[in-house]
Amino acid sequence: MRHALVALVEDKPGVLNRVASLFRRRAFNIESLTVGHTEQKGISRMTIVIDSDQTSTERVMAHLYKLVNVLQVADLAKAPSVNRDLALIKVQAEKETRAQLLRIADETGAQVVDSGEKTITVEITGEPDHVDSVIGRLQMLGIIEMVRTGLVSMVRGDEALLLSEAHFDFNSEKKKENQD
Amino acid sequence: MQRTGAQILWETLVRQGIKYVFGYPGGAILPTYDAMLDYPIHHVLVRHEQGATHMADGYARASGEVGVAMATSGPGATNMVTGIATAMMDSSPIVCITGQVSSKFLGYDAFQETDVTGVTLPITKHNYLVTDVGEIERTLREAFHIARTGRPGPVLVDITKDAQQASLEYEPDTKPIRLPGYRPSHQPLLTDTEHAIELIHKAKRPVILAGHGVLMSGAMRELREFAERAQIPVAMTLLGIGGLPASHSLNLGMMGMHGEAWVNHAIQESDLLLAFGMRFDDRVTGNLKSYASNARKIHIEIDPSEVNKNVKVDVALVGDLRQTLQQLLPHIRPCDHSEWLEYIERMKGDTAVRDIKNLPDYGHLYAAHVIHDIWQLTRDQETIIVTDVGQHQMWEAQYYKHEKPFSLITSGGLGTMGFGLPAAIGAKFARPEAHVWVIVGDGGFQMTQAELTTATQEGIKVNVAIINNGYLGMVRQWQEFFYGRRYSATPMRSPDYVKLAEAHGLTGLRVTERLQVERIVRQAQDTDGAVVIDFRVEQEDSVYPMVPAGADLHAMIRRPKPNALVETAVDK
Repeated sequence: MRHALVALVEDKPGVLNRVASLFRRRAFNIESLTVGHTEQKGISRMTIVIDSDQTSTERVMAHLYKLVNVLQVADLAKAPSVNRDLALIKVQAEKETRAQLLRIADETGAQVVDSGEKTITVEITGEPDHVDSVIGRLQMLGIIEMVRTGLVSMVRGDEALLLSEAHFDFNSEKKKENQD
Repeated sequence: MQRTGAQILWETLVRQGIKYVFGYPGGAILPTYDAMLDYPIHHVLVRHEQGATHMADGYARASGEVGVAMATSGPGATNMVTGIATAMMDSSPIVCITGQVSSKFLGYDAFQETDVTGVTLPITKHNYLVTDVGEIERTLREAFHIARTGRPGPVLVDITKDAQQASLEYEPDTKPIRLPGYRPSHQPLLTDTEHAIELIHKAKRPVILAGHGVLMSGAMRELREFAERAQIPVAMTLLGIGGLPASHSLNLGMMGMHGEAWVNHAIQESDLLLAFGMRFDDRVTGNLKSYASNARKIHIEIDPSEVNKNVKVDVALVGDLRQTLQQLLPHIRPCDHSEWLEYIERMKGDTAVRDIKNLPDYGHLYAAHVIHDIWQLTRDQETIIVTDVGQHQMWEAQYYKHEKPFSLITSGGLGTMGFGLPAAIGAKFARPEAHVWVIVGDGGFQMTQAELTTATQEGIKVNVAIINNGYLGMVRQWQEFFYGRRYSATPMRSPDYVKLAEAHGLTGLRVTERLQVERIVRQAQDTDGAVVIDFRVEQEDSVYPMVPAGADLHAMIRRPKPNALVETAVDK
């Protein structure tokens, strides 16, 4: 199962290396990793997407949690959340396909952000599935170059990921099994 | 008052209560060594930086306090890597301080520049690069705090030469340490505690697995009370040895790859495992698929990342072992498991005793004899045994009966050959009143034998018992069992250890048969200064029982009687 782990980390040199190194040496494959500023100065937020079972995910979270520069860790796969991915896609756009490209952009909500003599660059932001489907439709026109930012994620509703003392319930999965 | 970075470093160390630093000077740490002369610190000059880290480690394990190792940049720092990884695997609190090239050269491949924080990232609990004199004190205070709290471990602080040289107006920092992302302590949830108690009371065939955490959290009394009240037998991990006296009726002995058969059978047949401060290492579990497959499992562990790592457990109580046992104890009812205990006792029979008795002791010398006799001759004194890694280490664990905690120091997790002698020197500094014996193989001793000179220079009294079988014994044993006795690169020559000792101005002794053991051990005890004893033991002796790597825990290779290889070799 795909898990979007969110980590609030101290904005210090080497922290990204510590996090990435942890995933490497514990043999977890990172699907995407994004880092950016938060509302608080000195604190960055990482969104790390991994494809892993629940037990391994809890284990890697416990490892993350142990890093001195990591302040808070959460698995957003557990809660309804807003997920966004952004892609810039440079598509081949000869005279005959230009109209088709613009129609796809129009239908999917992609923005034209640049155009050249033979290409048009579009930007698409949305749920990763939506971005996937747009890419799929553009592929037949010929994608010259593409970049995706990777997932960013936030829990829906009033709840917020705060820096307060996080508590790990290590027996959560067992309890769920017992209830089932 | 105006202070340089180097002075601030020593002021901070002195304020941390540090008395000994094990180290080796060099270019990038020169300002710090210069300032050291003005502070009440005893510096132990090692012969190789690996030795410094093992000494700091041995010091930490013997004293329970943080050990400090120091080295210069580049090769000085990289030589520390093995010792840091050793301390990491065995949760030993050490702080390593390394000099680094001046900050303006960082990243330019300057002379003796190595990215040591990068190199040691996966083998330290945390590490720091300090380029600013104003950060030295705060960083060192954090380093000591991180090293000693929670699950202890090594912390490395790399300080650039210019930060050591720069000065500022200095006032000691007494503010509390602020590390918002560091949460060393956890509290088990009440519902989980209740669940654990329920499982304990329901169990018919429970076994406690006592690990290093018993010693690290100081839970010896709680373990004993718990085991006695609930009448649960206790199996020890290698690093847990000493957590319960070997003579205690509930102490089964060591578990795992070279654990006695009844211990491993008891684990496999149990219906409840109580893992106390241990991490289900592969040397302890064997094949995970068949490991205690009918047992419920309760794991009391300070490190959340150890939970469900190797073995999936039914209840995890994440917290300090001693505190958690104190919380559990009032709820534990006296239990009766006499049927289970008698069953284990029947499995036990008298195999271990018989083993020693059955070894021919006229004209022969077995490692088991040597260790048994050293035990007999040192058991009434306060003794610390420090081992190296290999066959002798396992024989020590089997035949030396440790009654007291912190009386065995050994490299468990990393299995670092060369650990023994330097770790013993560190242990002797920590507890000078204790008698320190190094039990070491001929292979491991030769890896760090240069530290004998350190012991001599420091006038340190350690007794070095070299279990000399002319092979890299444990590897030879694997070759005998699993590679058709093709001894590839395991036959090994030694120098004349008696002459080697004498070249150091020390006493060197040799033992070739059992009847000499007592006299020579007593002579070593009565001699001032370090003594090296060359025990010429049977060459093709093996450690039994043995669970082949990855095999089921109950599928042990048992002791042959008698050992054909050894007997024939001698009769020739």
